Amino acid sequence: MTDLWIHPALILLIGAALLPLVPERLRRGYILFVPALVFAQIYFMDHGMYGQVPFIAWELTFGRVDALSQVFGYIMSLMALIGTLYGLHVRRTGELVAAWVYVSGSLGAIYAGDLLTLFVFWELMAFSSVFLIWYRGRKESLSSGFRYLMVHAAGGVSLLAGILLYARTADSLAFNAFNVAQPGIGEWLILIGFILNAAVPPLHAWLPDGYAEATFNGSVFLCTFTTKTAVYTLVRGFPGMEILIWLGVIMVLYGVTYAFLVNDARRLLSYHIVSQVGYMVTGVGIGTQLALNGVCAHAFAHILYKGLLFMGTGSVLYMTGQSKFTELGGLYKKMPWTFVFTLIGALAISAFPLFSGFVSKAMTVSAAFYQDMVWAGFLLSLASVGTFVSIGLKISYLVWFGKNRCKPETWDKAADPPWNMNLAMAIAAFLCIFIGVYTPYLYNMLPFDYIYDPYTSAHVSKAMQLLLFAMLGFFVLIKKLEPKEVVALDTDWLYRRGAQLFYRAADKGLNGLNQKGENIGMRRIPTELGRFFAKPGGHIQWLLMRPFARDHGEAARLREQIDQRSRHGSYPVGVSVLLSVLFLSLVSILFFIF
Amino acid sequence: MNIVDILEALNRHWKLLLRLFIVVLVLLVVIDAIPALVDKDLAYTALDRIPGFWSVFGFFGCIFFIFFSKFLGRIGIWQREDYYDD
Repeated sequence: MTDLWIHPALILLIGAALLPLVPERLRRGYILFVPALVFAQIYFMDHGMYGQVPFIAWELTFGRVDALSQVFGYIMSLMALIGTLYGLHVRRTGELVAAWVYVSGSLGAIYAGDLLTLFVFWELMAFSSVFLIWYRGRKESLSSGFRYLMVHAAGGVSLLAGILLYARTADSLAFNAFNVAQPGIGEWLILIGFILNAAVPPLHAWLPDGYAEATFNGSVFLCTFTTKTAVYTLVRGFPGMEILIWLGVIMVLYGVTYAFLVNDARRLLSYHIVSQVGYMVTGVGIGTQLALNGVCAHAFAHILYKGLLFMGTGSVLYMTGQSKFTELGGLYKKMPWTFVFTLIGALAISAFPLFSGFVSKAMTVSAAFYQDMVWAGFLLSLASVGTFVSIGLKISYLVWFGKNRCKPETWDKAADPPWNMNLAMAIAAFLCIFIGVYTPYLYNMLPFDYIYDPYTSAHVSKAMQLLLFAMLGFFVLIKKLEPKEVVALDTDWLYRRGAQLFYRAADKGLNGLNQKGENIGMRRIPTELGRFFAKPGGHIQWLLMRPFARDHGEAARLREQIDQRSRHGSYPVGVSVLLSVLFLSLVSILFFIF
Repeated sequence: MNIVDILEALNRHWKLLLRLFIVVLVLLVVIDAIPALVDKDLAYTALDRIPGFWSVFGFFGCIFFIFFSKFLGRIGIWQREDYYDD
């Protein structure tokens, strides 16, 4: 089976390597051709195990193609195509190369059948995606990128340590469901590596920190791949792990609450990744067939609408140079199509009936209720209220309608973006509606056979009431949502401010200790020793005899005598006898004791 | 007709839209109360069966998020924009 199977990630890697050599007139065609070829390759791949290579004591599997990996592979390669179209006009070749290597890392991890292969592609993702932040070129992006890399390196170390510990007890390194009933330390470390990439609080702060600082098209890629690859690995490795239910519910509410606190449109969307991935993590924790189908469906829908929302806010950033609410407003007049597309994305993430979020989110919430996890069900429903208010209403109000806070130069620059950006948004917007209207398109791709109908009257009624009454609440309190020029502190405080404090403490504490050590150990002790060993016998005599001197005059005479004797090396016989007796008695005491 | 014109026309008639919105809200609760229209046999919990329960939930949920986030902002989450700069 292994012959003639070409890994989709390999196509993308070769495509990225050749990109700088492509002549200018073929460039645009080539840029679209490569991800289209990857998508086609994934679409036509048959289920099976491919690319199995023996390596030391293990067997590596590069291509495990089954229903679960296919649904993720399909949507990721589709989004890679849409994202590439969106940034088609960007001249920075390096940025596109980074994006493609990042996507291939993600695809490699999705199709990996063993933990070592998974780890290699996992690291490839981290080290390529950071360039999408750095290419923004601002000072903030540089430091934000370094923080992103450090956090992911830490997560990678945890994953690798987990894999090594797991390998000691396991028969093989095949990546299948772990024993979630009794996880060992290896499994826990692997889980930490996974949930760091899934942005589970408190390990999530890299996400809003990095994604809000990335380039306008870089964040379209970023918002798709890292977290959803992590969701895939959780579905594969930890279905039914109970702690994930509660972590997921916390994530959902945490992300939504923070989305209310921030002043930057892309940061707000980043917190909604945390929140939406929370639904998926909860679904993995519930672990029933309906819940896992829900996770895959929600990841699929989420990739499209979140990509669309990042493309919309990315267009605003690209055209006006602004992404803060305090610098925007009233833009529907200048960017009407961008507004329409973003609104579709907002309705999709808010789970409005007939939009994609409705048919996917419902499965996880229903699965929670079916398993009698009533509190989880209610809290997830509460979070969808917050999602609609902060994305559907707050972004619409503060960016598109509402008071015009734009500076004159921002307002002059604002216009709908180039055709390729519009087309990419149109495709994503179409799919957001298509998935919501024609459910078999998505449902037939899901890994488990479980018949689910989201469009029951009770469910539609619930969704409409939740959303429209939340809208009423929004209008009542609209004055409370005026944007403020603030940053919202998050757990990255610990390594941004906390690190400064730690640095200062370490600087004062350790460097102080160092200095003390140097003073005593390197200066005082050697000098003292030097002085002592210049006249060792003389010093001992002086120390012993001084207490017997009656006055200063006698002390001075004594000193003079001792110095004279040690200069000439002549000591009274009695001293030698005394020392010999002392030595012999010491030896005999030691002899009796031992 | 251009899309901006449509949006501006909607903007001009916001009073009419607001009235329509209130009518829709009332209708939603009324429809939810009619068993022939909204079948609640498969409702998950007893609360689900109360007509208009999710309306109240949605309204107060929205208010909760707005006030809770403002509260968090005031107790120290919000800082000046140059907080991390020095």
